[in-house]
Amino acid sequence: MDRKQCCVKLSVQPSRGLMDEKFIVLVQNALPGSQLTIRALHQCEDGHSWEAFGHYTADTTGTINLSEDPSIRGTYSGVEQMGLLWSLRPIPGSKPGLRMRKKNIQTPMEVTISVYQGHQTEGFADLVPLSGVVVERWYMAPGVRGFQLQKVDSPQPFFLPLGPGPFPGLLDLYGLGGQLVEYRAALLASHGFASMAIDYVNSKFTIETGKMVDSQYFETAYRVLQQHPQVCKSRIAMIGFSFGTSITLKMAIYSEIIKLSAAVCISGSHVQPVDGSVEEILRFSYKNAGKTRFSEKDEKIWRDQLLPIPTDPSLKADVGRLQCPLLLLVGEDDQSCPAQESALDIKEMMAQAGNSHLLTVLSYPNAGHLIEPPYTPHTRSSNFRTTGMPEKVMYLWGGQTVEHSRAQEDAWKKILVFLRENLYGGRNPTLFSHL
Amino acid sequence: MTQAVPPILSVTPSRALVDEKFQVLVENLPPGCPVTLCSLHRSEDKDDWEAYGHYVSDHRGVVSVSEDLSFGGTYTGKEPMGLLWSMRPVPGSRKGLRLRKINVCTPMLVNISVHSGHEGFRDRTPLASALAERWYMAPGVKRIDINKQGVQGTLYIPPGPGPFPALLDMWGGGAGLLEYRSALLASRGYVSFSLDYLWSEYLSADVEFKYFETAFNIIRNHSQVIPDRVGILGSSLGSMVAFDLTAYSTIIKPRCIVCISSNHYHPPGTTLKAGFKILSKHFHKAHFDENNHMSWRSFALDLIADPSNNVEVGRINCPMLLVNGCDDQNWPTVETAEEVARLLREGGKEHLLSRLAYPGAGHLIEPPFSPHFRATKFIILNSKEKVILLWGGHTKAHSDAQEDSWRKILSFLQLHLYHSPSVKANL
Repeated sequence: MDRKQCCVKLSVQPSRGLMDEKFIVLVQNALPGSQLTIRALHQCEDGHSWEAFGHYTADTTGTINLSEDPSIRGTYSGVEQMGLLWSLRPIPGSKPGLRMRKKNIQTPMEVTISVYQGHQTEGFADLVPLSGVVVERWYMAPGVRGFQLQKVDSPQPFFLPLGPGPFPGLLDLYGLGGQLVEYRAALLASHGFASMAIDYVNSKFTIETGKMVDSQYFETAYRVLQQHPQVCKSRIAMIGFSFGTSITLKMAIYSEIIKLSAAVCISGSHVQPVDGSVEEILRFSYKNAGKTRFSEKDEKIWRDQLLPIPTDPSLKADVGRLQCPLLLLVGEDDQSCPAQESALDIKEMMAQAGNSHLLTVLSYPNAGHLIEPPYTPHTRSSNFRTTGMPEKVMYLWGGQTVEHSRAQEDAWKKILVFLRENLYGGRNPTLFSHL
Repeated sequence: MTQAVPPILSVTPSRALVDEKFQVLVENLPPGCPVTLCSLHRSEDKDDWEAYGHYVSDHRGVVSVSEDLSFGGTYTGKEPMGLLWSMRPVPGSRKGLRLRKINVCTPMLVNISVHSGHEGFRDRTPLASALAERWYMAPGVKRIDINKQGVQGTLYIPPGPGPFPALLDMWGGGAGLLEYRSALLASRGYVSFSLDYLWSEYLSADVEFKYFETAFNIIRNHSQVIPDRVGILGSSLGSMVAFDLTAYSTIIKPRCIVCISSNHYHPPGTTLKAGFKILSKHFHKAHFDENNHMSWRSFALDLIADPSNNVEVGRINCPMLLVNGCDDQNWPTVETAEEVARLLREGGKEHLLSRLAYPGAGHLIEPPFSPHFRATKFIILNSKEKVILLWGGHTKAHSDAQEDSWRKILSFLQLHLYHSPSVKANL
């Protein structure tokens, strides 16, 4: 080992952070002008290894600061403070179609960050790093309590911030992918919202009958949330992703029971039979299964199923009737859902109805369908099994990694500001200092 | 009926090492609103410690502890970390308490809350709360119990491939084995060995001396340690052992030493216990302040006036950093440092020495943001008698000293144990 490089010091601050917090990676005491590789390694819950790396040159003081210095090449390039996280991808030789989603959010994501001599691109497992640290990334802030709220059908994960409250409430709906995802609800609770993750895909009813739950399922969830002593009854919002958007719009517009203070719709569409049941909405999009295309890599492209955007008003949720602020997030390279076309149509419908002051559209060029919390890896395509389908197939979600990651970072910031303004009173829309 | 929405309290980062700063922010308050920010910690001994500051929100309804002035409480002025360093036992607590974490594998939990108003804030339920975790151990730091060649203690190893520079870490008398400083040093890149050395009687001073040399060698020979980059960090009695080892050992050569609350009193040929016995014969000369707290400073000053009682620090040949408080009421540490400087100057070695003397700081100079203890219970080893010892220091000055000295200690260690030390050894 090169003796002179034996005392390279690597530090990451903070070493324990929330998933949406930035960190500063600092290398000190390296040989001035030396070439070094900084690499992140993470083993996810299902045992797959993910890595990211950047090639750097130490300056005249022997220092590399990732918030100031550029990576010359690697899984990311340029000045990218968080590149070691968002550019994580499965190590060479991994099976294709992997996606990183944390199931157990009571424990942190652990990432080992190391610095290596020279500009390395592969075979890291056989190299001895000069220095290494472990970083923890948490979905839950200290004091946030996670427990199950009893509902009609089955217990739902609920995350409550610390303190007397009362807190504004959030109903969090993900898309149709197999299992319940709690991490966004946990992270939102870490920002002061009492959040319930609604599992509508694996409800007892769906498992037994093979059919989707109906409006009452969501209305009951809303009521249960409202009735919690630490939840502010009149300040409840809904956040829906992908198919969750269809449900969010349906509830926001048509439900007599659910009265939302705000709605956030990510990567979704308003194209659905007006006043259709949830089951009917689902069947509607499958109806056009013949329009499914395939990429040159044989990945399923779903976006055409709802296209062209119908002119028949009975086939679109009547957004002109919306009475609460709506934030729409769109990836312009979304290959699963025509979110951009839908957003344009929603804009027009609301302009005609005179309620467009309620609408904010955030449209991100080259971002794909899976707009997740920031600094999580971008998945352009993955193996996916949707409700009612027996097998996992490769789906194309879209997006180019760099732009998609920037979109995730910006979208999250804006979602938090939007929710804060509409649920906490909006007197003070300060940006979070750690984002 | 609409319920009022509470203000938003955030602590960033919510999980941090104990020497890292945080930002406490309250938002969504009415403008110009008087509030009190309060911190509360329940210690491992089940005592409650608290601090608080009175604030007024600005026109945006914001209180920022980093930017705004506290108008009163346990601290005043612009004090981003006041909610930690100004903590003291809640009214009604037992007397003479000291806050020191024993289990460093778990974080110190501090509950931060915001209450409306200033006077009588405790009578009101908080408007909002947040929990901060303060860690002594960074993720990946390993803790290993050592019981080897008769030496006992706990070793902390940083994450990473190693090997690393290392430290022998020694506390003073009056407590069991304390590991938190070693855990923190490991989190900053040093293998650190917290040595247990006050627990048994030694047959002779030579045997005792060998114990320390063996401890040093155990570190030096560890597979994760760079053998020629081992230093010693000692506080109070521990600093005496550091001086002693470095001045007299023919087999160990520390690369540098740090002495906090410097003490070089060691009557020749005595074990630590015997030396303490000699010391205790002078207790009748101790000065008791208006609270009946015992100060050793004045009789100790007489003792160290006789050089034959002291370690011959002029023999030391490695860089040294001495950190002392000018208001130290327990030991004449500043005078000791002056004596060390004089002896080194005589030997043409003053360039090896760096001295930090903090006005208003007392004897117990701890890692940053720890509460200040002006006087605490102390069990006299020989007699098992409990007294309250006066350590000295005034809280604000002492806390500033803790913050500044820790930074300087880390940069001293980085210079001498990580970098190749240059000829000029001063900071």
